[in-house]
Amino acid sequence: MADMTAIPAAGGISLRQRRLLTHLGIFLTLILLWELGAGMGWLDPLFFPAPSAILTSVWRIYVSQGNIWYHLYVSLGLVLAGFTAGSILGIGLGAVVGMNAVVRRFLQPYVIVLEATPRIAVAPLLIAALGFGVTSKIAIIMLVCFFAPFINTLSGVINVDRDRMELMRSLGASKMQVLRKLVLPEAVPVIMAGERLALTSALSGVLVAEFIQRDQGIGTLILTYTRNLNMASAFACILTLTLIGFLIFKGMEKLDHHIAYWKNEAGLRRVGAKRARAWAMSQKGNAHA
Amino acid sequence: MQPLGKMDATAQTRTVIEGRGVGKSFGGGSVIALEGASFSIQAGSFVSLVGPSGCGKSTLLRLISGLIDRTSGQLTVHGRDVTGPHTDVGMMFQRATLLEWRTAIENVLLPVEIQRTVTAADKARAAELLAMVGLKDFAFSFPSQLSGGMQQRVALARLLQTGVDILLLDEPFGALDEFTRERLNIELMRIVGEVGATTLFVTHNILEAIFLADEVMVMTPRPGRLARMVHVPFARPRTPELTLTPEFNALVAEVRDILGTH
Repeated sequence: MADMTAIPAAGGISLRQRRLLTHLGIFLTLILLWELGAGMGWLDPLFFPAPSAILTSVWRIYVSQGNIWYHLYVSLGLVLAGFTAGSILGIGLGAVVGMNAVVRRFLQPYVIVLEATPRIAVAPLLIAALGFGVTSKIAIIMLVCFFAPFINTLSGVINVDRDRMELMRSLGASKMQVLRKLVLPEAVPVIMAGERLALTSALSGVLVAEFIQRDQGIGTLILTYTRNLNMASAFACILTLTLIGFLIFKGMEKLDHHIAYWKNEAGLRRVGAKRARAWAMSQKGNAHA
Repeated sequence: MQPLGKMDATAQTRTVIEGRGVGKSFGGGSVIALEGASFSIQAGSFVSLVGPSGCGKSTLLRLISGLIDRTSGQLTVHGRDVTGPHTDVGMMFQRATLLEWRTAIENVLLPVEIQRTVTAADKARAAELLAMVGLKDFAFSFPSQLSGGMQQRVALARLLQTGVDILLLDEPFGALDEFTRERLNIELMRIVGEVGATTLFVTHNILEAIFLADEVMVMTPRPGRLARMVHVPFARPRTPELTLTPEFNALVAEVRDILGTH
């Protein structure tokens, strides 16, 4: 703890840097205590393998043995496939149901019932119906990915600004134009929020599918290591998932800022400048023509 | 491109909107929003609709636009029966209702986009209209980067881009502060004068109604009724000093008298 009290004394660094150093200090202290506890036998190595042992496992599964790559590839491929299919279905169905009051009225009770049911519970049934293999895995991921985009798209479409809707109608817009030029763009931020949830769910979905099927993938790898009491390697896999989860969060945040550009100041400036340039170019083109 | 200019003298006396006993009730006749409104509006005239809340002034505007259907009477625009939303009229609301993901000029171009493919001439016209409403330097600003008054200017430019010659304005500057509203009112008179549009302007401010209009439709509530049309004889262009003259105030008193609000 001595080094932490010394930090504020170091002059010439910003508050941000100081905070970062504080966090790093706490983190290293914890790791050190953990390592010490494991080495002295205070912690059960079955539940808390030493950080050095985890690090060794990371090296082994990524470099010397390199066996995690294949499983990562399999799992992430499934996540991508299930997420894409689930999102397209969710957004598409959400838009259709949202735009059609009659369909909405009839579907509403079923949606409520399905939403209240934990999706994971249906996973064994899906496997029973579709058999072991890629198809049922993707189906499970689709199922957990479907609802957030569906519900968010639906609410985005239903809650479209009434005055803007009236404006579009008074301009003589067709139903398709209303959807493309008003409803969908207006729903984009809330759809993106649904997509963020869906992608995180997809990661859990693939793990569940692999826990049940136990053939390949990162979920199966964790299961195998745990059964063999190789906790350090299981931890190394979990750390990998933590990192992927973090990258997904950050990536989706970036994508959200990019797509829903009008919701942040930087996006407004960037897109505004871009469109002004495009306009100037087209004007120049007309002058030459 | 459409010429910006006043309509010729013969067109001034042409009736563009005509109502005979127009009524609207909701809930199977249990709530009467408007009853027996008969009127005719001449091309190029500026008509204010004034009255307290519930007098049916917004309802009448929506009936003319075709956004809602009347329950009784006859209503024609350009001699054609109004049966649903039509593109002979353009509407403007208290809220600018701009699309936040579009720049000012892209918002102005929206009406054209809905009708057909946008041409270079349309773009030039949009830029011209933005300049006309005083937003030459804000063409590529997004609505959230503009003040409330500027947003309404964009909405007005968008309305003019439709090329319609009948403007239905439902308290367009009602959400703005007094000073901005007064300035925009004067600019509105100039702009519709230049374009030569027939304008229906809903307000609950008697002074504003008279100051802007050639004719004032005075409306009373419960049930919504058109009490009387009051002619405003003052020459244009008008300045705010007009509101201080005895003739103006006599007219204000007359409208107040009809409304029963002394």
